[in-house]
Amino acid sequence: MTSTLIYLCGGVSLWVLGLHALLVHRNALRRIMAVNVMGSGVFMVMVALASRDSAVDPVLQALVVTGLVVAASATAFTLRLATADPLDEDDQERK
Amino acid sequence: MAAEQLFDLTLILLLLGLAGAALHTRSLYTSIVLFIVFGLMLALTWARLGAVDLALAEAAIGAGLIGVMLLAALARSAADSTSQPARVPLSISLLLGVLVLALLIRAIQPLADSNSVLPALVDTHLDESGVSHPVTAVLLNFRAWDTLLELVVLLLALIGVRQLGSSGMALPPTWPLLRAWSRMLAPLTIIVGGYLLWRGSHAPGGAFQAGAVLAAGAVMLRLAGLLPAIRWSRWPVRALMLGGVATFALVAAGTHWMGDGWLNYPPGWSKQLILLIEITATLSIATSLTVLVIGENEHPAP
Repeated sequence: MTSTLIYLCGGVSLWVLGLHALLVHRNALRRIMAVNVMGSGVFMVMVALASRDSAVDPVLQALVVTGLVVAASATAFTLRLATADPLDEDDQERK
Repeated sequence: MAAEQLFDLTLILLLLGLAGAALHTRSLYTSIVLFIVFGLMLALTWARLGAVDLALAEAAIGAGLIGVMLLAALARSAADSTSQPARVPLSISLLLGVLVLALLIRAIQPLADSNSVLPALVDTHLDESGVSHPVTAVLLNFRAWDTLLELVVLLLALIGVRQLGSSGMALPPTWPLLRAWSRMLAPLTIIVGGYLLWRGSHAPGGAFQAGAVLAAGAVMLRLAGLLPAIRWSRWPVRALMLGGVATFALVAAGTHWMGDGWLNYPPGWSKQLILLIEITATLSIATSLTVLVIGENEHPAP
């Protein structure tokens, strides 16, 4: 069993762990964390694939660097959505 | 050989344990702290896999900024409701998980032995790219479109957060030790950020890592009460946030106008153009991430 295979299986297990938590939990923060764990699993598969040869694949690594910033932006937006006040400002204006 | 694999196995088991604990611990505060530790361990894993660029970015963004955002969201959100019944029965979810895991592991095994032609291609064209670090060459030359669109995604997230009205975090009174420490750490973050930016052309580092480190420094200073509130309405904040995308788009349009096509840099100019884009992108990413984490509206909620 090579290192690459260990990390590939690890990434897949992280993804499934996140999927399980996403299905089971109701709390919004926990579900956002679950999606982030799933994302980390995908990144791990990509990074493991990038380092399977002696020559490290820079294309996959660059894609993951890009993905990390996109994941952080999406997390910030979803966290704000999850904790937004449910439309109370509009209601006050109508009254 | 065996010792290395023992290390890998330990690291993976630690990561799986941390992720499982973070997602299923009763107290939401504990699970967020565990999630931050998970991010740090992930950074260690990237370093082990030879992706140093990624380890730097993960330590600053994944562990640092996302942790701050989660804790701030916890302070804003209603009481934790773990007592609610599960959405999907536990047994069904477990069964589904095991099935999906088995399928995915079967599918992924052949990938470990195949190999890719991309590293060789990048190697042959590295001299034309204007930088000597392959990851930076891919990010800002060969696949510059990805980076441009990524800055657009960051901007979209900012606009989305702004539409919802900002959080208006209530800062608790700061304690002297935090203030003293942030005064010492802030100049260091600027030096480290600048160094990472400059190193990016020939070694791991670059705009994202530098921007994330600078943003972490700004967030720390704000939490210590040493910075004034960073508001959307201030024009320098807006100029910095838009600067990255604007410069990148101008360079793209300029190269198109010069006749080489979108984002195909003219020969001999790559180094200068990449440096220009990297500097503006660093400032833009730093401001955007800071505002995403601690941005405040001009009219704080009553």
